[in-house]
Amino acid sequence: MNFYGYKRPDGRVGVRNKVLILPASVCASDTTRIISQQVVGSVTFNNQLGCSQVASDQQFTMDVMAGYAANPNVYGTVVVSLGCENCQMDLVVKAIQERTNKPLKQVIIQEAGGTLKAIDMAVRYAKEMVEEASLLQKEEFPMSELIIGTECGGSDPTSGLAANPLIGQLSDLIVKEGGTSILSETTEFIGAEHLLARRAINKEVHDRIFEIVHRYEDSLRLVGEEVREGNPSPGNKAGGLTCLEEKSLGCIHKGGHSPVMNVYDYGKQVKAKEGLVIMDTPGNDPSSVAGMVAGGAQIVVFSTGRGTPTGNPLAPVIKITGNKLTYANMIDNIDVDASPLIYGTKTMEQLGDELLKLTQEVACGKQTKAESLGYTEMAIARVCNFV
Amino acid sequence: MLNAMIVEAAKDNVIVAIEPIKKGETVTYNCGGEEKSLTALEDITIYHKLAARDIPKGEPIVKYGEHIGLAARDIKMGEHVHCHNLEEHRENLDNKG
Repeated sequence: MNFYGYKRPDGRVGVRNKVLILPASVCASDTTRIISQQVVGSVTFNNQLGCSQVASDQQFTMDVMAGYAANPNVYGTVVVSLGCENCQMDLVVKAIQERTNKPLKQVIIQEAGGTLKAIDMAVRYAKEMVEEASLLQKEEFPMSELIIGTECGGSDPTSGLAANPLIGQLSDLIVKEGGTSILSETTEFIGAEHLLARRAINKEVHDRIFEIVHRYEDSLRLVGEEVREGNPSPGNKAGGLTCLEEKSLGCIHKGGHSPVMNVYDYGKQVKAKEGLVIMDTPGNDPSSVAGMVAGGAQIVVFSTGRGTPTGNPLAPVIKITGNKLTYANMIDNIDVDASPLIYGTKTMEQLGDELLKLTQEVACGKQTKAESLGYTEMAIARVCNFV
Repeated sequence: MLNAMIVEAAKDNVIVAIEPIKKGETVTYNCGGEEKSLTALEDITIYHKLAARDIPKGEPIVKYGEHIGLAARDIKMGEHVHCHNLEEHRENLDNKG
């Protein structure tokens, strides 16, 4: 199976063709918002970090910034920094260039002479980049070029019964096509880590699965907290999920039945054509999705029980629910109804093939509902992390 | 008409309501090809759990064929199973992988 995408100079293939206005810190985020508003075809996000962080915390931020610039849905990047932040321009540029050789421009607000001059410079760079990007023609590529990020948010019991198993079916189909699928949300492996570890391709991956789960629990205990204090959420519980173990056992269905080939730390570059892999991310949706998009995911497949509008600045997010009431209630936000799996009116094979076809269409440019509504929210993981 | 489902027929001791269920209503589900019924002892919200059999206090609550917690008190067949009668319990799974 093939799709039409954009070839990048680093060899990767994008399904969108955006220019990223990248704020190196919170102190540049309002400036990038103003810049992006002036440039149709550009995107930005609200970076609440980038300064005054300890080293390991700053590394998460750096990896997301570098990974976003390198994400193949991005044609090129204009980095905007204030000038005095910890995530210094030369560090950000170096981190980006270690991942990609795509077009890159820099604007430092303090050196440009303040807001208006920095905006003027960055808008001109970005407009030029959008013009270059607009000349790019799509080419045909095999589905094996796709890295799919999988996520669940606002879960309820239907997530584990229908929507996540359907995502698992898609994950297996993508793996069969020769691509990569990322299973994420370490907090939602808790109580199910042994089932994932049994599917590890070797002892190293097996041990890493246990390691990231224990590391996550231990890191919260260091600040006197237990992961389950914040997870499941009140909405999860109102929907019928009682405890973290029940949520986790439903969550891991997103990984289908393929062997686990690798475990990646948050936001690190994921290899294409690797099969099913795990990324160590929080259960918190916008930060987990951001980690996978930084890892190179071009498309995110997202299940919800309660209903959520979550999108992403770079990657189209396909929303799926197994809850027939939620599908009817939030049809403007949700792309796929997986509830026929619960009521036996469609088979997993039928729905899996339909979802693979939708994924191919989205790769070719079809807008998801989150895209058409303009959702671009995101967050970045912290050392004292989300649950 | 089926109004509930079981995930792992051979192991689970809870089932999931797939329609809203009223107290006293018959709950029917497909258990590995065999239709089984029980009576709901209270109203069950759609997609919430109810006990498929009596579960004594301290016994594991099993869904997906795995332990999701412990019975915080004796739970009767047909009772709602949720935060009020399930005690969270973190098992050491290191040797189960």
